[in-house]
Amino acid sequence: MIHVENIAKSFGHNQALQNISFDVSKGEYAAILGVNGAGKTTLVKILSTLSRPSSGIATINGFNLLKKSVDIRSHIGVMTHNSFLYPDLSALENLQFYAQMYGISLKPGVDELLHVVGLYHRKYDSVRTFSRGMQQRLSLARAVLHKPQILLLDEPFAGLDVKAADMLKNLIRDAIAEDTTVLLTTHDVDFAMHNASRILMLHQGQLMEDSPAKMLSIETVKQKLIDSAS
Amino acid sequence: MNTATQIWTIIRKDVLVELRSKDIIISMLVFGLIVLAVFNFVFEPGSSALRQTVPGILWVAILFAGNLGLHRSSVREFENAMIQGVLLCPIDRSYIYIAKVTSNVIFMIGMEIIILPVMVVFFDLTVSDLLPFLGVLFLGTLGFAGVGSLFSTMSAQTKSREIMLPVLLFPICVPIILAATKSTAVLLDSQNTQDIGMWIRLLIGFDAIFLVVCFLLFDYVLEE
Repeated sequence: MIHVENIAKSFGHNQALQNISFDVSKGEYAAILGVNGAGKTTLVKILSTLSRPSSGIATINGFNLLKKSVDIRSHIGVMTHNSFLYPDLSALENLQFYAQMYGISLKPGVDELLHVVGLYHRKYDSVRTFSRGMQQRLSLARAVLHKPQILLLDEPFAGLDVKAADMLKNLIRDAIAEDTTVLLTTHDVDFAMHNASRILMLHQGQLMEDSPAKMLSIETVKQKLIDSAS
Repeated sequence: MNTATQIWTIIRKDVLVELRSKDIIISMLVFGLIVLAVFNFVFEPGSSALRQTVPGILWVAILFAGNLGLHRSSVREFENAMIQGVLLCPIDRSYIYIAKVTSNVIFMIGMEIIILPVMVVFFDLTVSDLLPFLGVLFLGTLGFAGVGSLFSTMSAQTKSREIMLPVLLFPICVPIILAATKSTAVLLDSQNTQDIGMWIRLLIGFDAIFLVVCFLLFDYVLEE
């Protein structure tokens, strides 16, 4: 489903990613761990077609990242710490805008999603009036609006309150149950180890660990992260 | 997905956001009206000097106000990385450029609709003076917004974005500015209409070249 082969990315002299290779199968839940600056966000940006790799090959759902980026974008849902929402538009208008961009019917999908993320009663309110947690919940609705086969989540829990984080975790569980592939970057080792089936660890742009979560202990992973930070 | 529907969806979103915030139109209008007012103080009403300078005054007001509007339009998209939400949609990025140019032309025309009657009053013109000039106004606006949509997207990603846009935009737009001001001067003069065809052909030619080149380059200026 996700095939990454010798991906590298550099910004001037700064080598953000170096020869990263891995595969993620359909329905797999992979977590990417790493200290700040390890290259997690750069990797997600490349896989979500927001950034081009300097070298290497990647395919998503069989589509080449460089040649078929439009096809890839219709199969992926992306959520980051930025909500990608227009503050001057209402929650409903934001979702309607993205629904039309994905060519999906507006109703009942949008209303149903607003119910799921607990914002139906605020659907006519401007996003500017929403708290950070509410914006992230709406952002999640935006990311799954077109029922993507692959979810790319870049530190989605950053700045979320407990309620919003629980809602997001439940939605990820539901997505996994529906055979959605999830690739998530996080600093939360406990969460990743308890939920993900696969752990990838990045250090200075290189893949230093790629193992099933059950083969690793939380202490080992934490120690590796501490070592890589020092 | 229907590309035309996607382009229309982006345009509608841009217009809706502007109707709510009004920051592009208001900033352009205030600037344009100040320029007209200042020049109005300089010249005697009805003087031949005024008549000769009207094309320049008009285009200074439109282009500088347009520069402000283009800047606001792009910066708004890059605030909170909202542009990335659009970039993640299944649409070829060059078509996003078409939508952005159209939105910016709509905003500039909105500003011009208010500025033109003010010009008629300030500079002792008649409505019949301006009617033949509307086509030139549209072509000049289209060319300027076409190049400006690309450069404002580039400059919005830089630190010195306010300075970067006019520095990049105005030198590139010289052929459009030249053809637009010369056509306007000929049309307002109404005595020497021989050159008008040449200037309008030049304007159309540069519009076409710039729009095609910017359409092809837009994907790359969004690249990180």
